[in-house]
Amino acid sequence: MSAVIDDHGHAGHDHHHGPAKGLSRWLLTTNHKDIGSMYLWFSFCAFLLGGSFAMVIRAELFQPGLQIVQPEFFNQMTTMHGLVMVFGAVMPAFVGLANWMIPLMIGAPDMALPRMNNFSFWLLPAAFGLLVSTLFMEGGGPNFGWTFYAPLSTTYAPESVTFFIFAIHLMGISSIMGAINVVATVLNLRAPGMTLMKMPLFVWTWLITAFLLIAVMPVLAGVVTMMLMDIHFGTSFFSAAGGGDPVLFQHVFWFFGHPEVYIMILPAFGAVSSIIPAFSRKPLFGYTSMVYATGAIAFLSFIVWAHHMFVVGIPLVGELFFMYATMLIAVPTGVKVFNWVSTMWRGSLTFEAPMLFAVAFVILFSIGGFSGLMLAIAPADFQYHDTYFVVAHFHYVLVPGAIFGIFASAYYWLPKWTGHMYDETLAKLHFWLSFIGMNLAFFPMHFVGLAGMPRRIPDYNLQFADFNMVSSIGAFMFGATQLLFLFIVIKCIRGGEPAAAKPWDGAEGLEWSVPSPAPYHTFQVPPDMNDVHEHRKGTGGELTP
Amino acid sequence: MSTHQTYYVPAQSKWPIIATLALLITVYGLGSWFNDLKADRAESNGPLIFFIGALLIAYMMFGWFGAVVKESRAGLYSPQMDRSFRWGMSWFIFSEVMFFSAFFGALFYIRFWVGPWLDGDGAKGVSAMLWPDFEYSWPLLNNPDPKLYPAPEGVIGAWGLPLINTILLVTSSFTLTWAHHGLKKNNRKQTKIGLAITLVLGAIFLVLQAEEYIHAYTELGLTLGSGIYGATFFMLTGFHGAHVTMGVIMLTVMLVRILRGHFNAEHHFGFEGASWYWHFVDVVWIGLFVFVYVL
Ligand code: HEM
Ligand SMILES: [Cu+2]
Repeated sequence: MSAVIDDHGHAGHDHHHGPAKGLSRWLLTTNHKDIGSMYLWFSFCAFLLGGSFAMVIRAELFQPGLQIVQPEFFNQMTTMHGLVMVFGAVMPAFVGLANWMIPLMIGAPDMALPRMNNFSFWLLPAAFGLLVSTLFMEGGGPNFGWTFYAPLSTTYAPESVTFFIFAIHLMGISSIMGAINVVATVLNLRAPGMTLMKMPLFVWTWLITAFLLIAVMPVLAGVVTMMLMDIHFGTSFFSAAGGGDPVLFQHVFWFFGHPEVYIMILPAFGAVSSIIPAFSRKPLFGYTSMVYATGAIAFLSFIVWAHHMFVVGIPLVGELFFMYATMLIAVPTGVKVFNWVSTMWRGSLTFEAPMLFAVAFVILFSIGGFSGLMLAIAPADFQYHDTYFVVAHFHYVLVPGAIFGIFASAYYWLPKWTGHMYDETLAKLHFWLSFIGMNLAFFPMHFVGLAGMPRRIPDYNLQFADFNMVSSIGAFMFGATQLLFLFIVIKCIRGGEPAAAKPWDGAEGLEWSVPSPAPYHTFQVPPDMNDVHEHRKGTGGELTP
Repeated sequence: MSTHQTYYVPAQSKWPIIATLALLITVYGLGSWFNDLKADRAESNGPLIFFIGALLIAYMMFGWFGAVVKESRAGLYSPQMDRSFRWGMSWFIFSEVMFFSAFFGALFYIRFWVGPWLDGDGAKGVSAMLWPDFEYSWPLLNNPDPKLYPAPEGVIGAWGLPLINTILLVTSSFTLTWAHHGLKKNNRKQTKIGLAITLVLGAIFLVLQAEEYIHAYTELGLTLGSGIYGATFFMLTGFHGAHVTMGVIMLTVMLVRILRGHFNAEHHFGFEGASWYWHFVDVVWIGLFVFVYVL
């Protein structure tokens, strides 16, 4: 059965065509590579937009006192920065990588449900158009933090909160459909002989991420729906006066929220698990334990949510349970870090840009993991909570974690996408500037946080001035550097040394068996993976064993 | 794993982008409408925008599903495509389960913790200082602050309409399965009768549910605004009712397709998917009946 179908249901024509011409190619496409590219570009735009909000924040915090913006606007900036980065930059980037790479990695011709795939993508610009437009509405945009705790987001919210709620709904629909597509693709479209335990880890981590998404995005939809009802229909879910409870909001939100942070990091784990072996020229150490560790992390992520609520007033048994459960996550996470380091041990390492980002990922993400462990100690968190220490923690897991994982993936697969090698010198410069910039920006936050500087505040005590200035300088450096990344990518698309089908000699996996750039349609006849040797497993194996 | 030589790859489609626009227009209209209502603005173009969006959604649904039905009728779908649809539908239903879980979770949290705490019991009993006179009971017939949230005078008992509704929905699950068996045996008459009975039962359920709502609003003072009991009650039963409505629409489409001679004993995933959805809605109701009405 090899029908190419259009809306009118007549089959067979335009079988081996390339992309359509003009705008319709992008609006109507069902091609996983087109959709993947659109996701990645969308994500980068969101990254720049969210980044410019961060620049406003850091400019205001450059010195104590109010200089540039009013507190009301400052609050909108922190809120929008968080929302745009989480839902607009990080998540879509990983969906873009999934779209591009999963079919190539498992020998599938496309995603399982290609039209739904297009729908998932286009919902995002719609959702973000709506979200960003709130900044221009009367009363301003959302100003209650990306966690939008009630009653800040209900009783005291600006009118635009209604549109914020619907924007979240649209993003949620988009994520759920994207995740369903990934699950259906991985479970149903693997090439013959591509058993589950031969799949590259990126596919594994995405399968588990997709499960998390399908499990928790509806809960997010539930919590914003309750908000909508409280705001417009007089219900009292989050109002104790009617027998409800504002803390209920936090429970439901964090039941979504904690798995959400793993949604943002698991795919990066997977990508790094392909990249480190490639540049160590050794198979991944402990493939099977990586799979189980990912599963364990995903499971645990459902039973730790209240570590975000240690100070809100939960019963003592709750504090204890959530404290110990949270600490347990460090075990499978430690397994992973151990495996990455062991993969590098005695490898013949080279440090091209993907590897630089991957190694930095391992080191700096671990720092974020450790500060997480500190926060997990409930009595200590009484002090750390809502200080800049928390900001330092999650930026260490998100910037050199999620974002560096995305950069590493981008450099690793750019030759496959574009057919050209990127400019290695500039890429290394991009790495070092990002590395220095982000450490300058976020490391001092640990200190000011421990000293008591609260988060989400436009002004601060004089004693924090020096560190804040350092932070701001680092942040500007990091921000400006990302324009260099844009330049490198455009340069790579437009030309450069032609890339071989497999430009990295240590790389493994089916994606390297197709030419670079990958043709518009790949694997219309599935490759046979049955005779791929077992020891190749974990990196997807190769066609010629 | 596939036994096929080549895969199915669909060409471009206009439906997703139309769907996106339709959804965006709908929510924008709805949002403006709600905001204008709340701010007491006399004029609002929200309803009109919403209405246009809703029409577009209907058009898109007809078009998109119509295209899929046509392709399926033309025999273009391989068993592999069929499996993709199955996975898609199963995980969609799982996401719906999680959506309802959020509201069930809220209900349990309120009943086991928040209520007693507000009454001075348990680990966080200090919350009782807010409204010292408040006494907790479930169903909640007195709210902490009755001025803001006037309490209902009564609630819907389990053993009247809700029991009848339970019987209706459970029976409808059986009649639907009977219809499915008919389809598998190529006994299309059985399928038609089974499906028709299912639809009638579903429709009666909706009518009774509407009746219950009217009763609650007009005679009991049980409303969305009557405190947390009303909030959880209407949220859970309301979303369930919306899902039953969706299910009725899906099954109606299936009945029309059966009458037009679609499906055969082997290939009828459209029908199966709709019936999975119906059974899911049924299971949710059992949960509702137990936790909202009985207990
Ligand atoms: C060893 C693993 C981890 C532990 C033990 C941990 C622990 C914690 C704790 C206890 C908090 C709450 C602090 C407070 O508000 O007082 C927190 C906040 C946070 N964590 Fe983690 N975490 C871990 C990994 C991660 C990862 C992998 C990510 C994301 C990729 C992440 C993202 C966040 C975010 C975004 C917040 C702040 C949420 C907010 O209040 O806005 N964490 N973490
Ligand atoms: Cu957490």
